[in-house]
Amino acid sequence: MRIILTSRPDDHPAPSAAVPDVVFAAEGVGFAYQQQPVLHDVSFTVRRGEFAALVGPNGSGKSTLIRLLVGLLRPQTGQVRILGVDPRHLRDRWRIGYVPQRPALTGDLPATVDEVVRAGRLARRGWWRRAGPGDRDAVDHALCAVALEDVRRRPVNELSGGQQQRVMIAKALAGEPDVLVLDEPIAGVDREAQRQFRDSVVHLVEHHGATVLLVSHELGAVADDLDRVIVLKRSVLFDGSPAQLTATGVSLGVHSEDLPLWLEDLRDPGRS
Amino acid sequence: MPWPFELEFMQRAMLAALAVGIAAPLVGTFLVQRRMALFGDGIGHAAFAGVGAGLLLDVWPVWSALTVAVAGALVVEWLRAHGRATSDLALALFFYSGLAAGSVLLARAGSEAASRDRYLFGSVLTTSWSDVRTVVVLAAVIVALVALAGRALFAVVLDEESARVNGLPVDRLNLLLAGITAVTVVAAIDVVGTLLVAALMVLPVATSRLLARSFRATLLIAVAVGAASALGGLTASRAWDLAPGGTIVLITAAGFALAAVVRGVTITPPEHMHQH
Repeated sequence: MRIILTSRPDDHPAPSAAVPDVVFAAEGVGFAYQQQPVLHDVSFTVRRGEFAALVGPNGSGKSTLIRLLVGLLRPQTGQVRILGVDPRHLRDRWRIGYVPQRPALTGDLPATVDEVVRAGRLARRGWWRRAGPGDRDAVDHALCAVALEDVRRRPVNELSGGQQQRVMIAKALAGEPDVLVLDEPIAGVDREAQRQFRDSVVHLVEHHGATVLLVSHELGAVADDLDRVIVLKRSVLFDGSPAQLTATGVSLGVHSEDLPLWLEDLRDPGRS
Repeated sequence: MPWPFELEFMQRAMLAALAVGIAAPLVGTFLVQRRMALFGDGIGHAAFAGVGAGLLLDVWPVWSALTVAVAGALVVEWLRAHGRATSDLALALFFYSGLAAGSVLLARAGSEAASRDRYLFGSVLTTSWSDVRTVVVLAAVIVALVALAGRALFAVVLDEESARVNGLPVDRLNLLLAGITAVTVVAAIDVVGTLLVAALMVLPVATSRLLARSFRATLLIAVAVGAASALGGLTASRAWDLAPGGTIVLITAAGFALAAVVRGVTITPPEHMHQH
C-alpha cells in the first residue's frame, strides 16, 4: 500500500505484503515531561488504508503521541508500533512520510519549492546518491498531488501559509512513503487552502491507498472523508468511526477543543 | 601575471585567499541557515588556543589548531544536540576560554606580539608554498565533502525533525558540518586569522541571501562573492598598502552593503506593471 505516486490516479495499487494490517498501534502508552504527565494508558490502532484523525484540546498530548509513534520519543510505559515494529527498529524509515507541526520554513529561506520537495526524496534513494529519472518522476507526482506544479520554481518564502504547508506535504510524499503522518497541517490557513489540502489527502487515500494519520484542530474540512476519529485528552476518550461519534450526539462540526468536553459530559451528565 | 599578482608572494596569497574565499561561504551557507552564524567565530578562538599549544609543544601549529578546532567543534555540537547548553552559551565558553588560553600559551611559548597578530588577523602575504598547499588541500576536502553531503545537509537545515523521522543520519551530518567548519577555520588562519575567519563564512552568505531565489543560487553567489572579495581585498591591500586580512573582510562587508542598496532600489514592481 505504498503511496505510489508514479502510478496514474486511476490505478488502484494492490496492498503490498510489506505493509501489515495494523499500521499504527499504541498499547497502554504513558509519557510525562519531567513530573508532568501528558499521556496515560493510551491504546488504539490505525489499520492499513484508513484515514484517521487524532483530535483533542491544546495540551491533550496529541503531538507527543505523534512523536512517540514516529520514534522521536520513547514511551515511558507501554509500547508503540509502526508498520508492525518498534519505531526505533524500523529499518526503512523513508516509509514514514512526516509533516511536523510548524515546519521550519523560515521567512528568509532562499529555496525553491522544487528544492524543498526534492529533499524529501533523499532518504528513499540514499542521501549520497544523485537523483535519477525515477526520483524526478516521484517529485513531479508529489507536486502534482498537491497541485503545486505551477509554482515549483518559485521561492518557498513567496508562497502563502497554505501553499507552504502543501509544499511540506509534497516533500513527505516525494519519498513515496507507506504512511503519512500530518501534525496540524492546516492550522492557521484559510478555508480555500483547507479545501485544497482536503482534496490532496482524499486523492491520496482513495487513489493511492494511503494510510493517513492526521492531527488537527480543524476537522470541518475533512469531516466527511474520515474513516476514524480518535479523541485524546491524556487518554483516549473516543475511538471509532465518525458515524459512531455522531451517534453519541456529538457533531464533528464541533471544534476539536470542545470535543472532549462534549464526550465527558455524555459520559458524566452530572458535570456542569 | 598582471598587476597586482605579478610577484610570487602575491601569487601565493592569491591561491590561498581564493581557496578560502570559495570554501568558507560554502560551509557558511549551512551555518547561517541553521542560525549558527557565530559558530565559526567560537571555533576560531579555539583554533587560536590550538596554535598556542602547538608553538609551546613545538608541533606544527596547523596540526595543533586542527586538532583543537575539530575537538572544540564536536564538543559544541554535542552540547547543542543534547541540550546541555544553548548554542550561544556553548560558543561563549569557546570565545573566551579559547582566546585566553591562546594568549597565555603563546606568551609562554615566547611568541612576539607580531606573531600573535599573524594568527589573530592573518598574514597571507608572507605565506609559503608549503602553507599554500595545505590551505588548498583543506579547501578541496571541504568542497568535496559539501559536494557529497550538501543535499543531505540542506534537508537537515530545512527541517531537522522530519529528516530524522525519515532516517537521514542527522547526528552524523551535524557532526560533519561541525567538523568541516573547524577545517575551514584552520584553512583560513593564514588568510584572515582566527578572529576574522567567521566573517568570510557569514558575510558572503548574507549578501547572497539578498540576491538569490534558490538554495543552489545562494551557494553559488556566496562562493562568487567570497572569491571576488578575496581577490579584491588582496588588490586593495597591494594598492594602498593595507593589512590584507582586514581588507578582504572589509571588501566582503562592502559587497553586502552594495547588495543591500541594489536590493533596496530594485524591489519587484507591482504585478500589474509586469503585464505591459
